[in-house]
Amino acid sequence: MATDRSKLAFWLLLAPCLIWLVTLIILPHVGMFLVSLREKVGVREYETSFANYAVFLNEPLYWNTFARTAYMSIAATILTLLIGFPISYYIAKLTRGRTKTTSFLMCLIPFWVSELVRTFGWMILLRETGVFSNFLQYLGLVNGPIEMLYNDAAIMTGLVYTSMLFMVVPLVTTLDSLDDSLIEAGYDLGASGFAILREIVIPHAMPGIVSGCIVVFMLSLGNYLTPILLGGKDSLWFTGLIYSQFITRFNWELGSAFGFLLLGLSSLIVFVGLKLTGQSLGKTMAQS
Amino acid sequence: MKSNLFLSTVAVLTLSAAAANAETLRLLTWGGYAPDDVIAMFEAQTGHTVEVTKSNNEEMIAKLRATNGGGFDLAQPSQDRIAGPQAEFGIYKPLDMSMIDTSLFIPSMLEATKGNTTIGEDVFAVPHVWGTDGLVLNTAIVTDVKDYTDLCNASVAGKVSYRLKRPTLIGFAFSMGLDPFGAYGDEAAYQGILDLVEAKLVECKANVKTYWDGGDELKNLMRSGEIVAAMAWDTGGWQLNDDNADITFVAPASGALGWIDTFALPARGRADEAAYAWINFVMQPDIAAMITASAGNFTASQGGDANVDDALKAKYQASFPQEAIDNIKWYPSVPAGLETLEGATLDRINAAR
Repeated sequence: MATDRSKLAFWLLLAPCLIWLVTLIILPHVGMFLVSLREKVGVREYETSFANYAVFLNEPLYWNTFARTAYMSIAATILTLLIGFPISYYIAKLTRGRTKTTSFLMCLIPFWVSELVRTFGWMILLRETGVFSNFLQYLGLVNGPIEMLYNDAAIMTGLVYTSMLFMVVPLVTTLDSLDDSLIEAGYDLGASGFAILREIVIPHAMPGIVSGCIVVFMLSLGNYLTPILLGGKDSLWFTGLIYSQFITRFNWELGSAFGFLLLGLSSLIVFVGLKLTGQSLGKTMAQS
Repeated sequence: MKSNLFLSTVAVLTLSAAAANAETLRLLTWGGYAPDDVIAMFEAQTGHTVEVTKSNNEEMIAKLRATNGGGFDLAQPSQDRIAGPQAEFGIYKPLDMSMIDTSLFIPSMLEATKGNTTIGEDVFAVPHVWGTDGLVLNTAIVTDVKDYTDLCNASVAGKVSYRLKRPTLIGFAFSMGLDPFGAYGDEAAYQGILDLVEAKLVECKANVKTYWDGGDELKNLMRSGEIVAAMAWDTGGWQLNDDNADITFVAPASGALGWIDTFALPARGRADEAAYAWINFVMQPDIAAMITASAGNFTASQGGDANVDDALKAKYQASFPQEAIDNIKWYPSVPAGLETLEGATLDRINAAR
């Protein structure tokens, strides 16, 4: 009786999660996979084949776009980590009490407005008649208006800014759990600051670094607004290609195939990244 | 004019008396085509309520395709986007012409739209708002842009914008002396034209500041002076003209591209009664003039231009001397499948560095 009841409780507790997974994630993906296997041979005529996947492999344009999206996302992830780590270390170790709460809140506040508004904010700052350009002219550093929007650097700025929080939060959590006495012991034993960072802080923070990197990479890769709005005419992003296949080309078959390729290839990149750094997903999840 | 409005009100009231129940009309349309004051009048007179969703051609078709033509009761795609998507996805249903007061329409425009949107015996659309694509120029700075290809001139380098969509491909093709509409029926010939246009647009890419996407984005770029020449809608140019007298719409030498946005019934629309009532309501000359004031474009309503304010009329006449009107290239219906070719071309232009 007791086991029956606990079994029931188990299934009831699991039910919301299962319903969520099956109806909102698994079923749509199965449907999309089936669509991606349809090859259009004429008006309302379809055949089952891998032709849509072949399009991706045969057209260098799509390959290059994916490669560009992937390496820009990796660069954004690394940049976010390099900027986010000192911030997190400062918040977790060098501040106490109210200062700590305030500085953590400062990282959080930009995320109270939508991504669209944040991106428009950057457009106001970077455009030719924008704040930065006018300020530089006012200082006399430049002669004419300068355009800082519509290039890869603008995209990168937007991506790093958009994903900063998702790096800082896991890093602060893991760094918080690092016992200060370990760092003191390191200094007592005569280690340099760099050695302590390398031998004590980073190994301890590794789960936070890995989970932060995975989240930031996936968010950047799947980002649509930021690259399109800040990149202008050079904003070639894989999600943009998927959008245009679905919406402006009415080519759901190719769009679905692209969606699956994005899913597969991004998972592969994360897997390779984990292997290269000697981490495993299970370890990361268990510790952080 | 008051009594005219009153009479038409009575007409609509008697017409809608046939409707047993008040319905909710879910209208899928463009920005400006269903201004709030018109909706309020319609709701007061017919008892129907109107829910407006603003969109564009591609999104309308994508939305209707996703639901097999459900979710909306009346859509307003352009007349060239009816027959192809209908053949491909079956997202519209035929119009019952007896429900529409055809005397409200300009006959030539009604016939042209019916001709383009008839499949078999069935008519799928009637015209509503029409306008053109052409050049919007800051005439104080730009002097040598007469046609689309002139947007690639060195004199306007870095100060140009256009959309990365099919009208741009078509416009540039005409401007290069090609005939894309003539090649609509021949995929190989059309691909040949697309290849030439692609090479031109890739070469021209360095001149472009950014590709605009929405009307407001273009106006913003133009007002700030970041761009001085663009391929855009006539109404955008006229609206900018209100703020800056130097900016105006110019019909290009190769001919402006004429589009007509229509009324079409989605296949699984539920409030046909309200949809027909809306069509007959907004095509009345007085209401049509209100829509022209809001959208900036003229309608296919017979006499609908009579009550339009003189400023807009003057701008229209300045941009369109008679020979420019005669030179307008009206979009023929896009055959199913051509948009896939155009899509690949647009992708390659977007990817070019």
